[in-house]
Amino acid sequence: MKRAMKLSDTDNVATLLDDISAGETAVIMDADKRELSQIIVRDDIRRGHKTAVTDIPAGTKILKYGQIIGGATRAILAGELVHTHNLESLRGRGDKA
Amino acid sequence: MKNTVKLFARPNGTYGVRNRIAVIPSVACANHVVEKIAAAVDIADAYTHPYGCDQLGYDLELSFRCLQTMGTHPNVGAVLVIGLGCEEILPHELYEAIKAEQPLTELLVMQEYGGSTRTIERGIEICRGFAEQLARQGRVETDLSHLTIGLECGGSDFTSGIASNPVLGAFTGKLCAAGGKAVFGETTELMGAEEILRRHASMEEVFRFIDERIKAVEQVALDMHVDLRGTQPSPGNIEGGLSTIEEKSLGGVMKIGAEPIMDAIPFGAKATKPGVTYVDTPGNDLACSLGLACAGAQIIIFTTGRGTPMGFASSPVYKVTANAFIADIMAENFDLDLSQIVEGDMTIREGGEKLWNDILAVAEGRETAAEHLGHREFSLYRVSPILT
Repeated sequence: MKRAMKLSDTDNVATLLDDISAGETAVIMDADKRELSQIIVRDDIRRGHKTAVTDIPAGTKILKYGQIIGGATRAILAGELVHTHNLESLRGRGDKA
Repeated sequence: MKNTVKLFARPNGTYGVRNRIAVIPSVACANHVVEKIAAAVDIADAYTHPYGCDQLGYDLELSFRCLQTMGTHPNVGAVLVIGLGCEEILPHELYEAIKAEQPLTELLVMQEYGGSTRTIERGIEICRGFAEQLARQGRVETDLSHLTIGLECGGSDFTSGIASNPVLGAFTGKLCAAGGKAVFGETTELMGAEEILRRHASMEEVFRFIDERIKAVEQVALDMHVDLRGTQPSPGNIEGGLSTIEEKSLGGVMKIGAEPIMDAIPFGAKATKPGVTYVDTPGNDLACSLGLACAGAQIIIFTTGRGTPMGFASSPVYKVTANAFIADIMAENFDLDLSQIVEGDMTIREGGEKLWNDILAVAEGRETAAEHLGHREFSLYRVSPILT
């Protein structure tokens, strides 16, 4: 079974602990590896990378560890890969200054 | 739980986990001579660096202070300063400053003593004499509170925040309970973790100091009109699953565990309070190691997901990874493989116990992988542009 870890209750992403292909099911676990739920992923996702565990509207804050790790640059569906293509940092943005 | 550890007692009241000779150039011009001398004596390390000349003001002061602090570092039992003779870091002054705390200190200035060959030959003789004296010194049983441990991460990936750094956090809890000191830095890699830092700060002024240092780093990116993501997270971090600096920082700050941050100090300063102290260092691994060693770290625990071999001249660097792939491919570079936390059923607590026992063994002389492989890197940290 493919595993994904959701580190805090409020997180809207989970980190894949195994490589997974689009259409496969991942078990979502908490930090103590207790099963929380399951999700069918929509992208091929490598281990260590993140999937959305809920639909995330554009501009929404992305949470991991229960903390803000950036903002969604476009709408992201549950099961999609969340990485640099759709998640931007909100800090050190001299390019926007 | 064992509450004592066998260390080397120093005349200035500190305790070392190693008894080594530091061969310190006051200027880059002496680097080759320093390397030759250190290479000829087993327990001697070359503290080579590119500076010592063309430096002014605070930058010059900081370089001088860092070299002096390396000479009086608890792991150093004897020092040989090698000068050229015309540099801004005056070799006689550096020698006197070290000698005040470290009686086994000698000085050779090339423009006074002779050229490269004569200085190398005499330097080797001096260091061999030091080695004989140091071999006669033994360890003494002392309290665990004399340990200062550096907490560092580099080449991070997704395993750092969910396994290695939480294990380091568990270790930090044990160290602080034993009265020891833990020091951490990497200011850039705290950006985005301010809420956690605010919660951990023992006093408002501790948080304010850290917050101001983070803002100063962020301002550099803003002034340069660049997206910090060009370097933070690094391409390797991004490949390893980390999307933003905030995500990297939140994983990094796990190093301090549940402990309060008791103090916050500038680069080059010594940690004086038991418990966790923040040191304002860059994220750059070598510069961070220097800052932590200057703060008094006798051992640096370094977590990595991508894998890095770097050691440090004054302090054994103990390498930890929870990435199964790199633990295998770079096995010789690691001291602790925590990949079963990700792959299997090892717990953070079990990892913390193992790390604790290992660090006590390293404190009493067990070689780390980096030491075994001869990784004893050194450099200074320059804080101003080059004017001349």
